[in-house]
Amino acid sequence: MAFVAVVYTILFYVAAATFVAGLVYKVVRYTRTPAPLPIPTMPAPLTKTGAAVRVAREVVIFESLFRSDKWLWLFAVMFHLGLVLVIVRHLRYFVSSHLGLVWTLIALAQPFGKYAAFALMAGLAALLARRFMLVRIRYITGPSDILLLLLLLAIGASGASMTFVSHTDIVGVKAFFLGLMMFSWQPLPADGPLLVHLFLVAMLLIVFPFSKLLHVAGVFFSPTRNQPDTAREKRHIAAWALPLDEQRSK
Amino acid sequence: MVEFQIPVLNDVPAEFDTKFTPGAMAHLKPFLAKADHNVPLGFPGELVDDWQKKAIDRMGDLVKRYRSLAVYLDSCVKCGSCADKCHYFLGTGDPKNMPVARQDLFRSVYRRYFTPTGRVFGSLVGARDLTKEVLDEWYSYFHQCSQCRRCSVFCPYGIDTAEISMAARDVMDHIGVGMKYCNEIIAKVHKIGNNLGLPKPALADTLEGLEEDVQDGTGHPVRFPLDVKGADILLVTPSADFFAEPHVDGLIGYAKVFHQAGVSWTMSSYASEAGNFGMFIGSYEQMYKVSNRIRKAALDLGVKRIVFGECGHAWRVAYSFLNTLAGPWDFLDPAYPVPQHIIEFTYDLIKRGGIKVDAEANQGMVLTVHDSCNVARASRMGTMPGGQFILPREVIKACVPKFVDMHPDTIGDKTFCCGGGGGLLTDDLMELRIKGAMPRMEALAQVIRDEGVTHMAAMCAICKSQFTKVLPYYGMKMEMIVSVHGLVSNAIQLGTNKI
Ligand code: HEM
Ligand code: HEM
Ligand code: SF4
Ligand code: SF4
Repeated sequence: MAFVAVVYTILFYVAAATFVAGLVYKVVRYTRTPAPLPIPTMPAPLTKTGAAVRVAREVVIFESLFRSDKWLWLFAVMFHLGLVLVIVRHLRYFVSSHLGLVWTLIALAQPFGKYAAFALMAGLAALLARRFMLVRIRYITGPSDILLLLLLLAIGASGASMTFVSHTDIVGVKAFFLGLMMFSWQPLPADGPLLVHLFLVAMLLIVFPFSKLLHVAGVFFSPTRNQPDTAREKRHIAAWALPLDEQRSK
Repeated sequence: MVEFQIPVLNDVPAEFDTKFTPGAMAHLKPFLAKADHNVPLGFPGELVDDWQKKAIDRMGDLVKRYRSLAVYLDSCVKCGSCADKCHYFLGTGDPKNMPVARQDLFRSVYRRYFTPTGRVFGSLVGARDLTKEVLDEWYSYFHQCSQCRRCSVFCPYGIDTAEISMAARDVMDHIGVGMKYCNEIIAKVHKIGNNLGLPKPALADTLEGLEEDVQDGTGHPVRFPLDVKGADILLVTPSADFFAEPHVDGLIGYAKVFHQAGVSWTMSSYASEAGNFGMFIGSYEQMYKVSNRIRKAALDLGVKRIVFGECGHAWRVAYSFLNTLAGPWDFLDPAYPVPQHIIEFTYDLIKRGGIKVDAEANQGMVLTVHDSCNVARASRMGTMPGGQFILPREVIKACVPKFVDMHPDTIGDKTFCCGGGGGLLTDDLMELRIKGAMPRMEALAQVIRDEGVTHMAAMCAICKSQFTKVLPYYGMKMEMIVSVHGLVSNAIQLGTNKI
């Protein structure tokens, strides 16, 4: 196997492990940390199902963002929806069978998927432009915010260059990634844009659990959104607060 | 006395034209608590020697205790959706009053000491050492947040800056850097039972005076009972209701409603305060202690129900936290929610015809209402979500000839804080209070101009005090502010229609 393939094999194992371990660690931390007081932003749904629907609305249609800032919402949707379509289209590199639900999904997304790259990049470009053009946003922008947008833009651009300019051997790419998953390592097409694309993707996976990309987990764990309004019906006492009650009754 | 500029009110609320002015409010900070204020709460009297280490330890502790903190410190994407939602930013233009920037004062330190990237990359990822300068900044800007949660409404992840400023204040208290106003008040509650430090004899005296006034004014023997064992209802109300204008009209209103409903009720001298400043300083323990005075009073007096008077943050603690902090309430009558808001109580009676109100009594008044931030975004009234907006309006509409709402972006869950919440209702922060009131003042000025509004009803002791103080700076009369139950007090028909 060529040297590049070995490097990328190792790189992707490291990246995937960091991504999964980091995210699992955070999710476990969030789950274990108590929410000692009910703090849903009111008015809040009265039931758990209602609260789950509220979170789902935040995830799917960015409801609060829509109430706040229509332009930002538009850019955010362009980017994230583009990302969803691109990722669905990418599943073909990881799914061996050509049957089943996943493949149907991939087949459905194929035609738009290709152009979703433009939505994704236009969204990212607009988000980046805001960071320079709007005084308030410039103030709260740090180097890492810009770098992350540039990273995503570079991933998009390198990917699109393969889709629209010079094709790569996607059968080879698929073989490489299925090989990674089956622990039977395969060569990787040594193609400039592909290597760039994949290197940047590995970087994205590695920074994911250490960066603001944790908003992906945060949106599900945010007590202001996922708690139902049951304060008068139910005590929400945390384990660390229990000793106070014990002292009281004595 | 005032040497800063009063903001100019624009025509269209919701499109505030805020001049971006870095450092505009850096000079402002509340008076520091002295040892006498801190020690009774179990905090160090003054800045401790190894304050930096202690602060970091406490921060780590809090991140483990509160899921809200753990999630919020990680999740902000710096999208800026919250940036222009804070009344203090809109009123002052100081970028550190943008909610995301305020959070970052805390987050930057968290990143530095608790995340691998912060330790390694430092300022690249916005991490900062906790230096004396940073601590000073915390002290200044975490006391320029009224914990009103407006930012949380508009954040795509519901990040609530209030949670962060509470945590920051708690960390500061633990190293001896407390705020005088809040800590002094909490110490008074522990010692005497209310924020004003009003002992039982003085309270009894005041209530007797009120009984006489109402008797003289109406000819009806409306009682203001104190420490009556075996009464059905314990009323817990903010102590400002005993004295301040227009609060006291509200208290008279509650008494008339109880009188006319024919229920037995009492107040408690031990728990003579609905407010709970423990929340403002982010201290679970302080909030717990203050709340449990109410439990003790309810047990000692043997009441069956608990009803709260008009106060925003008090109602947040009561509605959202009291069950957790001071429950279970298995010794009270299960037929009623615990606790109940006086507006829920009055609304029910009006609907059932249990009391009669006559809007003619408030002839000539055109009302609007200020949704208190804590009532709007942190609690509920009635049985359905959003009842906190409906019930007060229904009660007000029943009592006045005409009611109009302010601009839709400034009411309901988008309401603006009065500018004095969160433990900032102190003269040392007057500049902030005046500037922070600007968004509400703008919306109010608009309905005065366009709809002929004469009065604004409030349902919070802090809002009432803040507005009466601040309105004159904006060329409006302080008498415009009325208590919701002040309106009920005028409109209620005493001595008629027992059911
Ligand atoms: C549960 C799934 C997700 C939800 C609900 C979500 C939601 C949001 C929202 C509401 C924003 C704020 C608006 C904006 O600035 O665009 C945002 C920002 C952002 N999201 Fe996501 N997102 C999700 C997944 C992802 C993923 C998988 C990535 C990247 C791989 C990502 C990358 C970003 C970035 C980089 C920003 C900041 C954009 C900027 O700098 O302005 N998001 N996300
Ligand atoms: C291990 C993960 C990934 C692999 C193996 C991979 C591989 C590829 C390949 C082979 C192409 C060219 C497709 C063609 O020629 O038709 C491509 C395109 C693209 N990639 Fe990736 N990619 C990965 C992850 C990502 C991620 C995380 C993003 C976005 C953040 C991304 C964004 C794109 C875009 C926008 C295109 C162009 C549009 C398209 O063909 O869908 N890729 N990628
Ligand atoms: S809680 Fe209110 S005062 Fe504090 S930052 Fe948010 S909007 Fe501003
Ligand atoms: S709206 Fe939420 S995510 Fe966006 S900058 Fe404000 S706190 Fe951060």
